[in-house]
Amino acid sequence: MSVHDRSTVDGWLEAMATRLDAFVAEHPASAFIGIRRGGVDVARLLHRRVAPRAPLGELDIAFYRDDFGTVGLHPTVGPSSIDFDLHDRPLILIDDVLGTGRTVRAALNELFDFGRPSRVLLAVLVERDGHELPIRADVAGQRLSVPRDHHIDFDARAHRVSVTRRKTDRETDRETDR
Amino acid sequence: MSLPHPQSGDDGRLLHFLDLDGLSRETLTQILDTAETLAPVGERRVRTVPLLRGRTVANLFFENSTRTRTAFELAAKRLSADVLNIDLVSSSTAKGESLLDTLRVLEALQADMFVVRHSQSGAARFIARHVAPSVAVINGGDGQHAHPTQGLLDVFTIRRHKPDFDQLVVVLIGDIVHSRVARSDLAALSILGAAEIRVVGPRTLVPADVAALGGRFMPRLDEALIGADVIMGLRLQRERMEGAAVPSSGEFFRHYGLTRERLALAKPDAIVMHPGPTNRGVEIAGDVADGPQSVILEQVTAGLAVRMAVMSMVLGNRAGQA
Repeated sequence: MSVHDRSTVDGWLEAMATRLDAFVAEHPASAFIGIRRGGVDVARLLHRRVAPRAPLGELDIAFYRDDFGTVGLHPTVGPSSIDFDLHDRPLILIDDVLGTGRTVRAALNELFDFGRPSRVLLAVLVERDGHELPIRADVAGQRLSVPRDHHIDFDARAHRVSVTRRKTDRETDRETDR
Repeated sequence: MSLPHPQSGDDGRLLHFLDLDGLSRETLTQILDTAETLAPVGERRVRTVPLLRGRTVANLFFENSTRTRTAFELAAKRLSADVLNIDLVSSSTAKGESLLDTLRVLEALQADMFVVRHSQSGAARFIARHVAPSVAVINGGDGQHAHPTQGLLDVFTIRRHKPDFDQLVVVLIGDIVHSRVARSDLAALSILGAAEIRVVGPRTLVPADVAALGGRFMPRLDEALIGADVIMGLRLQRERMEGAAVPSSGEFFRHYGLTRERLALAKPDAIVMHPGPTNRGVEIAGDVADGPQSVILEQVTAGLAVRMAVMSMVLGNRAGQA
């Protein structure tokens, strides 16, 4: 397991904010949208730093995931909340970690059911390897190369990013049996 | 001999949705929470989500129903499923084809889910037992037994107005004995731990075992309304009112009709509910049905969200099956 502490992560966030400052200056009508759950925390931080008066929304992609046929319905934490018209608006779509790209694909599909944004910029705190779709971040706080079976987690309170090896099913079973 | 309930799999997850009996508070709450998340889909520019894209839902209605069928149809369409409406009242069953033959034909059309409405109690359960394992069955109302999605939408509506069920005083009025809605409401309210469910109606229309269903019989409406949070009228079917055991419409309204004067006996923020269609001037006065405390139309909208939740959970729980 490795940990990136607050000062490191704040540096990543600051680098993202600088890039987004430029984008918002060019597109003053921009709105921020965070993908639940991790992306919402990153979106809040950037929104506060870059454009606190811009609209801020939250997207829950549970009903748009591509694995319903294999794993069923994911638990939801509440409906997407986008209380502004995103039609013709530039959007900054934010997630904590970009990996396979499947979450972003689902998020884009959902966004277009709310309206047709004029453009979408993808900003992520960490872009890792393991892409499975032709989706790349426009703005990334940091690029990390980690093994496939590792999990990247952003702790919004501590501004900390940890990389841990994901437990195998057998290990999880053993723990629950205990 | 009692057969195991065919509704749940070995791990307790819902594979069909047949009735509310035996459902845990946790499962019921999970359905309501999912419905709450799906509800805003109806207010968006695009009113569908792609969850059941490529799936086929067949509405098998052996009994006439416009409201329930329409609600199930729209719920399935909002989940992007393809919908087949099969009117079996006037179709092959009338020509003598057996129910099982009809099922085999529908399975051959590769439907993933049957929504069943039937005039016989237990029909949905029977179908769930005899259907191919790949097909999920949802009970859209069977005889006098259950109408579980109506029970769900009723508690969903109540929860939005009065979330503390352990404080809740509910009054159910009218024809309880013939009402699958009443049975499902009693079940849902009991599971969620409603403080008190008062049941009011002519003794002949209230089942003798109402206490076993979680209700308390009270003969006089005026007394039952005192302190009530929720007042639920039930449809008094005019066709049954010819029977000697049942009072005339006018007499029923005089004793059990919900009027503005009577409503004033309940808590000031009490809500008025009715599953519809309402018989104005029989169970409920027009100005109460249309009044500020009425949530009757909210119930209709809630019906979409809870049916979307049930359909997506039941099919989702079958994920990974061949």
